[in-house]
Amino acid sequence: MDITLEVNGETRHLSIDPRVTLLDALRERLGITGPKKGCDRGQCGACTVHVDGRPVLACLTLAATVREPVRTVEGLAADGRPHPVQQAFAEQDALQCGFCTSGQVMSAVAAVEQEVADVREFMSGNLCRCAAYPNIVAAVEQARSTKESADARV
Amino acid sequence: MDFLAPTSWAEALECKAAHPDAVAIAGGTDVMVELNFDHRRPPALLDLNRVPELADWALDDGRVRLGAGVPYVRVISELGHLLPGLAMAARTVGSPQIRNRGTVGGNLGAASPAGDSHPALLAAFASVEIGSVRGTREVPVAEFFTGVKRSVLEPDELISAVLVTPPSGPQQFSKIGTRNAMVIAVSAFGFALHPDTRTVGTGIGSAAPTPRPAPEAAAFLAGELEAAGLWSSRGALPATLATEFGRRVRDAAAPIDDVRGSAAYRSHALSVMARRTATWAWDAYRDENRSAA
Repeated sequence: MDITLEVNGETRHLSIDPRVTLLDALRERLGITGPKKGCDRGQCGACTVHVDGRPVLACLTLAATVREPVRTVEGLAADGRPHPVQQAFAEQDALQCGFCTSGQVMSAVAAVEQEVADVREFMSGNLCRCAAYPNIVAAVEQARSTKESADARV
Repeated sequence: MDFLAPTSWAEALECKAAHPDAVAIAGGTDVMVELNFDHRRPPALLDLNRVPELADWALDDGRVRLGAGVPYVRVISELGHLLPGLAMAARTVGSPQIRNRGTVGGNLGAASPAGDSHPALLAAFASVEIGSVRGTREVPVAEFFTGVKRSVLEPDELISAVLVTPPSGPQQFSKIGTRNAMVIAVSAFGFALHPDTRTVGTGIGSAAPTPRPAPEAAAFLAGELEAAGLWSSRGALPATLATEFGRRVRDAAAPIDDVRGSAAYRSHALSVMARRTATWAWDAYRDENRSAA
C-alpha cells in the first residue's frame, strides 16, 4: 500500500506492506536510523520518536496509521547547532554506549517542552543498560533551566 | 494483507461486517507486539484512528461516554475527577510513550486478564458499548470477559465506548509489578465506594482467567458497613473488617503460577491490596465529610 509520511518537515511517499512499523519504515525504507531497534516490543524506548509532538514508540506504531508529522532525533538540530537537550546530554556526559541515547533525547525533549514535574517518572519508558540515569536526569534538568532562562529573556 | 481505514463509525461497522476476521487496531501498542514477532498474521487490519466518533469523551445522560479511541494520556489529564479509578489505573499503563497511543477500547478488545483498565472499570460498575451493522448493545464489564483474551464481542462487532457513571465516592487502584514502567501486572485490584447506593465495587486483575469482580467480598463489606452504621457516621473502618474483606477478595481469585509470579504470591498480594485500597478509600470518604462540614 502507498502511504505518505511527513518526517522532520519533509513529505515522503513510500509503498509498504501494511504490517510495517513506523520504526522499520523510518530505518529500512527512509534511511532515518536515529531511532534504534532495541527490543521491538515496546519495553526499551530506544525507538522513541515524536508523532504530532508527543513521544511514542515507533516499534509499536503501525506506519500506515500515522498521518501526523513525525520528528526523529535527526530533526532536532537547527542552523547546524545541536538542540539544547542534545547539548545538555553532551555536557552532562549523559551516555556511555549511546545506543539508547536518541530515544532518551526524544523523551527528554518532550519532558522539557511539557515542563513535566517528575523527570524520572516521565523518562521511565527509556532504559539505559549502561545505567547513565543520574547524568540523564541532570541533562534534562540542565536543558530545562536553559529553557527557563531563555523563556525569561523573551 | 488488507488494510482497511474507514473514516466514519458507520463505515467502520460495514468494514467489520465485510471482514469479520479483520483485527481492529487503535494505538497499536498491543496488536503490534504480536505482529512484530509473527505470533499473529491477520488477513486484514482495521485502522480505527480515522473514525472521529471514537476520538472523544462526553457526559451523556448522566454518564461519561468515553470513546474507545481516547488515549490514556487524556484519561489521566481530563478525567481524573470523573473517572478517578480509571485515571489511576491509566497512570500505571506502560510508559508515557505507550500512554500517548494506547486506549481503553484497545485494552478491552485485547481482553487480557492483566489489562490495567479492567479492575477499575469493574469497580466502577462500567459498561461496554458495542456496535455492529446489526445495532448497538451495552454489556456490563463484569459480563464482558469470557476467557483468557476472550470476550463477548462477535466477529462483526467493534467496541465504540465505555460508559461509566461518575463516582459518588472515592475510588482506588493498586497494582504490583517489577518495574515502574512497562510492567504487566503480577496482580492488580480496583476498589470503589458507592455511597449513593451503599455498595462497594471491586475488580481483580491478573489473578484469574479473566478480570473479575469479587461480589461476595463486596457485599460482605457493604453489609458490615451498613450494620455498623458507618455509611452515615463515617466512623473509622475497623482494621479487622478491612482484613476480612482482603481475605474474601483473595478467595474470589483463581491465580496461576507463571513467569510473573506464583499463585500463592498473587493471592497474598491481592488480600493486601484489597485491605489497603478499602482503607484508603474509606479514609478519603471520611475526609470528604470533614471538609464539607
